[in-house]
Amino acid sequence: MKLLDCPMNGPRNIDEFQSFGPLRQGPDADAAADAEWARHLFRADNRKGVVVEWWRHVPSNFFFLAERDVVTNEIIRTYAPGSRP
Amino acid sequence: MPLRLLKYGLSRDYPVTGDIPATPELKPSYDVVIVGGGGHGLACAHYLSKYHGIASIAVLEKGYLAGGNTARNTTTIRSNYITQEGVAFYKEGVSLFEALSQELDFNVMFSQRGQLTLAHTEATLRAFHLRAEMGKHMGTRTEVIDAKEIEKLVPELNMDRGGALEILGGLWHADGGTARHDAVAWGFAAQASRRGAEIHQRTEVQGFEVENGQVRAVVTNRGRVACGSVLIAAGGMNYDVAMMAGVELPIRCYPLQAMVTQPLKPWLHTLVSSVSLHTYLVQSSRGEIVIGGGSDPYQLYSTRSTLDMKEHLAEGAVHLFPFLQGVRLLRQWAGITDMTPDYSPIMGASPLANLWLDCGWGTWGFKATAVAGKRLAETIARGRVPDLLKPFALERFEKFRLLNEMGATAASH
Repeated sequence: MKLLDCPMNGPRNIDEFQSFGPLRQGPDADAAADAEWARHLFRADNRKGVVVEWWRHVPSNFFFLAERDVVTNEIIRTYAPGSRP
Repeated sequence: MPLRLLKYGLSRDYPVTGDIPATPELKPSYDVVIVGGGGHGLACAHYLSKYHGIASIAVLEKGYLAGGNTARNTTTIRSNYITQEGVAFYKEGVSLFEALSQELDFNVMFSQRGQLTLAHTEATLRAFHLRAEMGKHMGTRTEVIDAKEIEKLVPELNMDRGGALEILGGLWHADGGTARHDAVAWGFAAQASRRGAEIHQRTEVQGFEVENGQVRAVVTNRGRVACGSVLIAAGGMNYDVAMMAGVELPIRCYPLQAMVTQPLKPWLHTLVSSVSLHTYLVQSSRGEIVIGGGSDPYQLYSTRSTLDMKEHLAEGAVHLFPFLQGVRLLRQWAGITDMTPDYSPIMGASPLANLWLDCGWGTWGFKATAVAGKRLAETIARGRVPDLLKPFALERFEKFRLLNEMGATAASH
């Protein structure tokens, strides 16, 4: 099975993890218009290439970021939030 | 060789004909350019040429005819969805399939043998009652049946009495069925090309020339073609193709995996699907058991198969029908599904005046091949969206009017 290197638990089978999709900047909650919210909610980044995305190690409930190529499925690196190498 | 046979072979009275002509040279312009030579695009070409008098059509296909998701789907045809808009649309889709072999003069092997979806929990059963009532209200044959009736319908099923996956009841959809996917695509292609539509295989769209909110031309690897209207019907590549025109679709791509077993004698006479096991089975006309339903749990543009997903499908199939344990797998594959946030397709207008969308088909596209083609042909020919398609507009996302279709495969129930 494919392995995902969790920054806290080390390499684990990928079925222990849940994908939470690409990292996105949320709009300014006070200033954003409806259209901006709609874009934020529904137009997730789906471009080919390397994406930065949220993952969660389910048993330990640890959230972290992974850089992954969505064409080759190669996981380039993983890191805890706020500690980008 | 008997001479009589040779005479037929050489006679001008019996010329050799193929269903689909070889790819011709690209002309400088077409009234309608369809991006994607799968079932949907070919269906649209057929209905445009037969009912709307438009013959100047180019269907552009990056690979070979119907080699994408048309070749990879598992051919379920049904209308037992949960939203009124969804049921109305898919009901028309089923009724078009009922007459499709006649319409195309091509045997699409439509087999309306009914679809059974199993409930292993009370919650699923409750959702089935909602779907059944909506189905009846909309005039389709959909009903909730109990365990006894299921045993009569599919005696081979493991009812798992007292077990964790006990079958409590099911949603029986007598209108459900299956058809031969290649035949559907070839039937539409043959009819459309007979009326002058051109099918360009190995012709990859590389960009669009956009001017004043209109697509002026489509740029391909074989040259540039000017166009009156454009339809995007590119399956798993819809997001990419629309981005070339500057249109960002609310789509994420996930692989959907399926597989078939070796051919067996006919024994499975309905389509069987389990919500909790995320597995469905149908016996093809060749006797193979087609097993599907494995959506990868994260975004990916790849048609690779994974052992864990095949294992999961095999586990579900063997749980439902334990005697399948010794049966061998013959083929496995995946297709890239273009999933929308609400599990409903995106059909109709785009922000560009002459660019039309036939996108967001996720895991529910094959059954809509005929109806999407027919209604989008109408849309393109008349320049306005028919009522049946209006709920599926792209603008529903900006207006927060989503069409939450929890009757879709791969939607969590």
